[in-house]
Amino acid sequence: MGEKKIVRRIRVNLDKCNGCRACEMACSAFHAKPKYSSINPARSRIRVVTDEINDEYVPIRATDYSKAACDGRRVYTVNGKEYSECSFCGTVCPARNLFKEPDSGLPLKCDMCEDDPPQKEPLCVQACSLDALTYEEVEEVVEEQVKADELEIGLKSLVDKYGVKKIAESFARISQKSL
Amino acid sequence: MRYAETGYTLEVDLSRGNIERVETDPKLTELFLGGQGIAAKILFDRVPPDVEPFSPDNLLIFSAGLLHGTPIPGANRTAVNTISPQTNLLAHSLMGGFFGPELKYAGYDRIVISGKAPDLVYLWINNDKVEIRDASHLRGKGVHETTKLIRKELNEPSAQVAAIGLAGENRVYTASIEHGFASAARGPGPVMGDKRLKAIAVRGTKDLNIARPAELFNLCIQLRKKMAESMDVGDWMAVDEDDSFHHNNFAWGNARTRIKDYWSEELQERWTNWKYDNMLRQKGCYNCSKKCINVISYKGRKFGYKCYGKDTYHMAAFKELDFTYEILPFTMEYGLDSYSTPQVIAFGIELYEAGILTDKDMPDFPTDSGERVFYLMEKIVRREGIGDILANGVYHAARQIGNGAEAYDHNTVKKFEQLPIKLGKLNPPYFLMIATGEKMAITQIEGSFPQDPLPTIEEREAFVNKWKEVVPDDKFLKWFMEWEKRNDISNEASCAITDWNEAMHFLDDSLGLCGFLSSFRGQFGGGVVYHVNNMPEIISLATGMEIDKEGLWKTFQRIRNMVRAVNIKRGMRRADEKPPEDHWAVRDHEFEQQLLDEYYDFKGWTKDGIPTKETLDSLDLGFVSEEFLQRGILTGNEGTPSKEAPTEKEQEQKSGGC
Repeated sequence: MGEKKIVRRIRVNLDKCNGCRACEMACSAFHAKPKYSSINPARSRIRVVTDEINDEYVPIRATDYSKAACDGRRVYTVNGKEYSECSFCGTVCPARNLFKEPDSGLPLKCDMCEDDPPQKEPLCVQACSLDALTYEEVEEVVEEQVKADELEIGLKSLVDKYGVKKIAESFARISQKSL
Repeated sequence: MRYAETGYTLEVDLSRGNIERVETDPKLTELFLGGQGIAAKILFDRVPPDVEPFSPDNLLIFSAGLLHGTPIPGANRTAVNTISPQTNLLAHSLMGGFFGPELKYAGYDRIVISGKAPDLVYLWINNDKVEIRDASHLRGKGVHETTKLIRKELNEPSAQVAAIGLAGENRVYTASIEHGFASAARGPGPVMGDKRLKAIAVRGTKDLNIARPAELFNLCIQLRKKMAESMDVGDWMAVDEDDSFHHNNFAWGNARTRIKDYWSEELQERWTNWKYDNMLRQKGCYNCSKKCINVISYKGRKFGYKCYGKDTYHMAAFKELDFTYEILPFTMEYGLDSYSTPQVIAFGIELYEAGILTDKDMPDFPTDSGERVFYLMEKIVRREGIGDILANGVYHAARQIGNGAEAYDHNTVKKFEQLPIKLGKLNPPYFLMIATGEKMAITQIEGSFPQDPLPTIEEREAFVNKWKEVVPDDKFLKWFMEWEKRNDISNEASCAITDWNEAMHFLDDSLGLCGFLSSFRGQFGGGVVYHVNNMPEIISLATGMEIDKEGLWKTFQRIRNMVRAVNIKRGMRRADEKPPEDHWAVRDHEFEQQLLDEYYDFKGWTKDGIPTKETLDSLDLGFVSEEFLQRGILTGNEGTPSKEAPTEKEQEQKSGGC
């Protein structure tokens, strides 16, 4: 069983990417508070995985947080070029330093630039003048699922990192201080 | 809070291993913007004229532009400045890519490197953590191999790396600093080698603040759209395969031979196939939608090039494009400038053919011109035998070789190799630009006003239609509309054109903008995205600094005179300001000197090309005039050529000399 839903999709054409990382710039600007007030690609929820010598430029977007790195990885050969599976993976995991808030280390997640009023397209797509990133909305039947909100994702990663006990103690301490 | 800039300079003393993060005075930004502007001020203040380029006291400065790291598209060219061993003057050097913006995100506007490391090291900048690390295992390694190894050992694939290859390590004067497929040439490579600094790796994850965020971001979206749609910005050579211009008009070999009917359709088709059959991608620099860099994989070797860099080696060797594809992977790994190096090599070959260099100097010298280029390249990067002399560039090598070799140094200005252009009639603005320019290459000086008149009024009107938005003053439109013959243009126009052309480069190089979007590109197509009419608003939105067009123009003049002050202090004078004798076939010494006088007048410089006290003081450069007075460079009574009291000698001549 499932329900009909509009799925927002970003198409990525690797052949059209010139590796400029304008998408990262725009994402970090949009998610700055106040909006556009600072730029920092390390905070971006899209990153162009780059290896110039291998001619590898793969824009990927931050998806889910995982406390463990996967224990096996594939290496793909596409048109004679080798890509690690990680180059296509948006999971925030301990295997690499990607999609983590530079200050707190907490995981970042792409929210497709939710805004009020809504943006016509996510900012990374708006910033890509080469159509390496394009946006479309399609209707799909999806299984119902509970959407973890940002707080829950952040908290879960902290629990994974420090254990429930430590987090509970800290929470109690902070609560007392702010009372 | 500082906007668009971080407000910090990273000071690294390689002799003592001392590293400091130093807060900068915001006043410096108001006066010199950033990039090369501030670097020139630092070199003036801190490198006395008696300091040799290969002295620990020489500084090597990597500067982000003022607009690097902001949303402004195409703000990514890093300036590298030092005192060049080849010219003994300020080295003007720029590289595209990602280095400057990353440096900003690491929290620094520039790196000032002094001293000399006891052994080969590299610098690792990771936000606030900065280390000088051993690089002995990277000795002799190619630049891309070095980049790869550094990223791996730091476990930081996102680090941006600028490195020298074997040429830089061996202090070859034409060595470049390589970063990705970009490179910084014209002086800093050998100085980096002298300081035993193999590479700089930088990773930054800090915020860069914007003064008026929403307005700037919206403006950038519009600029980006214009850039993407326009053929008037970026490197047209990346898409236009008709390169008859360089091959039919530029001189081959040692800037000697023109082949006016070289180009053909058959050749174009063949070369186009070579390119596209072997091209992996056309790449851009940070936050720029243009695709100026052709990345090629040829016979299993990867390399990148842009613009005229695709022609220099095969034109030096009288070969075809495939020769350039053969050699570029090597010159790139060695870290060699592809503008000056082929000229030094062609000069060596010519000396051999003339019998000035012999088999004793060049044992087993091949007969094939392409093999000869490879032979000399390998000798030069290792400073082996004759390579040790040629590694000092054409000017110095000619004098070291002697025996008539000086006459073969026919294409240098201020001891630096020029583009191999040999033409018929004098082009007055070009006379001024080549003579008085201090960026050493015409591509870094020309660019806003077209090189040639357009034949019909209709064509001129069509050009002016786009160009009118970017001109600083309508007088340029009038001059262009009335311009019929290349050599027939008023001195007034020649002076103003030179000034405007230079203005755009000096602003770009301080703001960190790319010349393909701005200073170099207006001459072709007219529709650049950055110009003096929109730069003030862009700077204000990013930095919060209030600046208008007049203020920006004054800032240009200040930076221009600051750069000149560095060189005047080191002894540069009017006598050094002359294009190669054979640059034009038809010369008129009297006219040229009159034009030079008028230009010095226009710029507020003395008859010897020194900025007057009045000029310096009016540009808030009182500290320069003070030092010039102390050093006896100025007396304070000088005027410009037309206002100068005639010297005794001139009075004698006027009165007949007897």
